[in-house]
Amino acid sequence: MAETEKTSIVVFSGDMDKVFAAFIIATGCAAAGMYTTLFFTFWGLNAIKTGAPIKAKGFLGKMMGIMNRGGINRLNPSRFSFGGIGRILFSKMMSDKNVAPLEELRQTCIDLDVHMLACKMSMDMMEITRDDLIPEIEDIAGVATFIKEAANSKIQLFI
Amino acid sequence: MQTDRTEDCRGQLCPMPIVNMARAIKKMEAGQVLELWADDEGAHADVPAWCAKTGNELLDKEDAGDYSKYFVKKTA
Repeated sequence: MAETEKTSIVVFSGDMDKVFAAFIIATGCAAAGMYTTLFFTFWGLNAIKTGAPIKAKGFLGKMMGIMNRGGINRLNPSRFSFGGIGRILFSKMMSDKNVAPLEELRQTCIDLDVHMLACKMSMDMMEITRDDLIPEIEDIAGVATFIKEAANSKIQLFI
Repeated sequence: MQTDRTEDCRGQLCPMPIVNMARAIKKMEAGQVLELWADDEGAHADVPAWCAKTGNELLDKEDAGDYSKYFVKKTA
């Protein structure tokens, strides 16, 4: 391989199942030696929040922080959510079948040097700050950064 | 077959056998052979696919009852 191949994935969804797919594809790419970047935006930011209540100042930001608290272990599946019970059922099914939990997959991404970026605009809008995100997030960026990476990537996905 | 390292990935599901294979190969020297044990059915397709993608060589696959042994030579 002359030049390292790249993968760029936008993680827009904060649904447990979709984030799962994103992390599995990212680990697969990284395991195949590809330079892999995950761009977390909008609901996807919930997958990289620390899970602690966000320190928003505005009223709407505070409300958003309560309604949409986030954190990797609070993500609900896109179907059969049942107001939070679905998440517990899925977690049980996964652990029964020995599927790696979401948090472990995220850690595997980190261990395999998957690059994680967060979208500045959605952070500003929802009053999420750098401190509300896990420290492994490399940078806060915008669309141009994604385009720069995606234009040179063999695999580009929007999840 | 002479192998240099064994990685037991039995009980693991996608993507962990591939991740652990990649990690093990990374620690090895070129020309060395990894023996990977896996019972994930997806590994039948995934191990050859990973080898083809990364340029490592799948030397052999052996049926060991309720799991399979894959012999991967580090060539990349």
